[in-house]
Amino acid sequence: MSLDTLAFAGGFAQPVFEAQAVFRTLMDCMARPGTIGQIAATVTPPAPLNAAAGAVALTLCDHDTTVWLTPKLGASALPGWLAFNAGATLTEERQNARFAFVEKGAMLPNLCLFAQGTQEYPDRSTTLVVEIEAFEGGRPLVLTGPGIRTEEEIAPLGLPDMFPHFWSENRQNFPRGVDLILVAGDRILCLPRTTVLRVKEA
Amino acid sequence: MYVAVKGGEAAISNAHRLLADRRRGDRSLPAIGIEQIVAQLGLAVDRVMAEASLYDRALAALAVRQARGDMIEAIFILRAYRTTLPRFGYSKPVETGVMLVERRVSATYKDLPGGQLLGPTFDYTHRLLDPSLLGDEPVDTALERDEPGEPVMRVSDILAGEGLVEDDGNLPEGHVAGDLTREPLEFPMARDLRLQALARGDEGFLLALGYSTQRGYARTHPFVGEVRIGEVEVELDMPELGFSVSLGRIQVTECQMVNQFKGSAKNPPQFTRGYGLVFGQSERKAMAMSLVDRALRAEEFGEDIVAPAQDEEFVISHSDNVQATGFVEHLKLPHYVDFQAELDLVRRMRREYEERADAVMRDAAE
Amino acid sequence: MTPDVPTSAGLATYNFAYLDEQTKRMIRRAILKAIAIPGYQVPFASREMPMPYGWGTGGVQVTAAILGPKDVLKVIDQGADDTTNAVSIRAFFQKVANVAVTTKTREATIIQTRHRIPEEKLTAGQTLVYQVPIPEPLRFLEPRETETRKMHALEEYGLMHVKLYEDIAKNGHIATTYAYPVKVEGRYVMDPSPTPKFDNPKMHRSEALQLFGAGREKRIYAVPPYTEVVSLDFEDHPFEIQTFDKPCALCGAENVYLDEVVLDDKGGRMFVCSDTDHCEERCANGHRGHLAYNKEAAE
Repeated sequence: MSLDTLAFAGGFAQPVFEAQAVFRTLMDCMARPGTIGQIAATVTPPAPLNAAAGAVALTLCDHDTTVWLTPKLGASALPGWLAFNAGATLTEERQNARFAFVEKGAMLPNLCLFAQGTQEYPDRSTTLVVEIEAFEGGRPLVLTGPGIRTEEEIAPLGLPDMFPHFWSENRQNFPRGVDLILVAGDRILCLPRTTVLRVKEA
Repeated sequence: MYVAVKGGEAAISNAHRLLADRRRGDRSLPAIGIEQIVAQLGLAVDRVMAEASLYDRALAALAVRQARGDMIEAIFILRAYRTTLPRFGYSKPVETGVMLVERRVSATYKDLPGGQLLGPTFDYTHRLLDPSLLGDEPVDTALERDEPGEPVMRVSDILAGEGLVEDDGNLPEGHVAGDLTREPLEFPMARDLRLQALARGDEGFLLALGYSTQRGYARTHPFVGEVRIGEVEVELDMPELGFSVSLGRIQVTECQMVNQFKGSAKNPPQFTRGYGLVFGQSERKAMAMSLVDRALRAEEFGEDIVAPAQDEEFVISHSDNVQATGFVEHLKLPHYVDFQAELDLVRRMRREYEERADAVMRDAAE
Repeated sequence: MTPDVPTSAGLATYNFAYLDEQTKRMIRRAILKAIAIPGYQVPFASREMPMPYGWGTGGVQVTAAILGPKDVLKVIDQGADDTTNAVSIRAFFQKVANVAVTTKTREATIIQTRHRIPEEKLTAGQTLVYQVPIPEPLRFLEPRETETRKMHALEEYGLMHVKLYEDIAKNGHIATTYAYPVKVEGRYVMDPSPTPKFDNPKMHRSEALQLFGAGREKRIYAVPPYTEVVSLDFEDHPFEIQTFDKPCALCGAENVYLDEVVLDDKGGRMFVCSDTDHCEERCANGHRGHLAYNKEAAE
């Protein structure tokens, strides 16, 4: 397939119901950090964006949202695909991005480079969608905070070593800060800015 | 024994059936047609289009009929329909300077290029009930010009030629006009959003506020530079084609109010503007809007904010009659859970009051 | 010019759950941010709905944005499923989304409510959607949005404490009985909507997700599950909820919120559960209050 046809194909087959299902998974996972949700929707974004991340993009992005892409995603057929299927406009400035997409293996930029929102409007911050290797097999992290009964444990594989540090910096700016949607295969896990993260002692 | 009242569903459905019956009224009379409403109650239709922000005479007339002539209800029905319509694009700003005017009057010049054109106005009619309108007596056809009129110069352009009036809007380069039906309100607002809110605002509310500025609650020394009513072209840019296409013509009423301004250290003395633009023929609304627009610019001109009409948050938060009627009328919904909570507290406080009073009496008796 | 008169076939056809997809996306984005910042009011571009502002348009928009074909919807007003506005909103969603509806709290996946939280403990699979008239807890202390927004930003809530303390000085009590302000996760002061303060403790660390929609005021806010929700109070005047002297006259329930029903013009009163589903279920399970309809006695 040429780049052009890639741009038009691969959206939701049933936009209304698939977007609703993806959103409910996102909502449940954002409300219950550490819970792993499954994205059943079948979208086929241009590589290297993964399908679940593509489904999140079509569920949340449109004409009214600016999107930041990593250099590799920006060079792929993804910009055209997002423009055609979501009407979303790209931005070079992380500070202006409502959403940011990071493919597997790409370097995760420091979170403080993205829009943090303001003290008056902390909602005007970036939501990052970051694909990682897996939710198991990495360094165990303990989560606490709103949405979590006592604590949750995750072991994401593919986040930078510095991630717990990035995250605690993000946490310190509350109510400002970014929110994170992690994607691995067809599964997702959300980290809202309220979640406190600690490396589990061996 | 007590059996709780049930059957909300049946009650609602019966009430709606009764409403439909009352709306149709006496069946021996012919039903009023949409075309008749458009043709003979045109100004009611125009108000509904203006405050619903949807230019469609037939749908507005349908809403008027459906609402039994209740204007705010009709506006509400048409707005609720408008909100579901998809957006295909944003038209170019309409050019009122090349309007085909049907009415154009200026209070600031006795005569001017293009002349004073009275048009279909109530002005100078004597408000005497007209028995000829009880029936269907023949009405003479109007006298109209043979050829379509030329565009007439804006009065504000005459003043601008001499530099005596401020520029027409001063939004920064590249500013994209906002849309308060798509973005949440935020104060303070840019003037474009404020004008949109006023254009959708309740005619009565704006009339009262505009009136208040004339009575000294934020006086702005207004002169009607010009009121013009007529048709303008709505055009959509088609980047794919490299030119714009016309979507058709709409009728609008525009008012340019010219107001006094002393000037400042930065600006030489010049007149300031208040602006009003409304769908259809609605001079009262356009004029009231331009008075309120000017009053709301107080901060921009460094004027003291002393009156309600200058208070942006107050004016814009309360100008929407669909919001206002909903919230005022929601008081008739059941509130018995909250009332019970208040009842409980008042009873408790009364009990404590009586106990205290009794104690005082006892002390006095001892 | 003759108007282009619409035909019934030419008029609108509505999307699933009424709202267009772009509006749903806008609301969904607001909901996710609301969940990420518990108790903070996210501005959203509320739409005109086919019911009046002030009659639940915020709750309806939130429900419409989250609702799917697998959901089971319950709608209550004043705790009851059969109040006219609850009936009307339920019928709306049956019509525009063909959704399954229930009056049973336990069976519902989404519960839209006005002024009450069900008596039965909500669970993790459920979302409670509140209709909110005035989302700003500071509004009656400071009418200006520009000012209250600053107060939230600076976490400057002294005014609220002063107001509550003035109540105590004047009346010996905090005189707020409904819409009693709460602090969420130690940060934002939030209006719980005009629920009686009796319901406030149910919000604290609830298993269910709680979403709040204010249509006219264009705000969405949220309390995620297991989140601290503390009613404002003072050490010497701790928060307390309403208590009722008698149990429900129909089902005998205690520790529930009761409605006062006037029986006659001679001062006759009875108190019955405001939560109609809770009352009916208790009656079905054989619980009886002193004025209950007694089938055996009637026969």
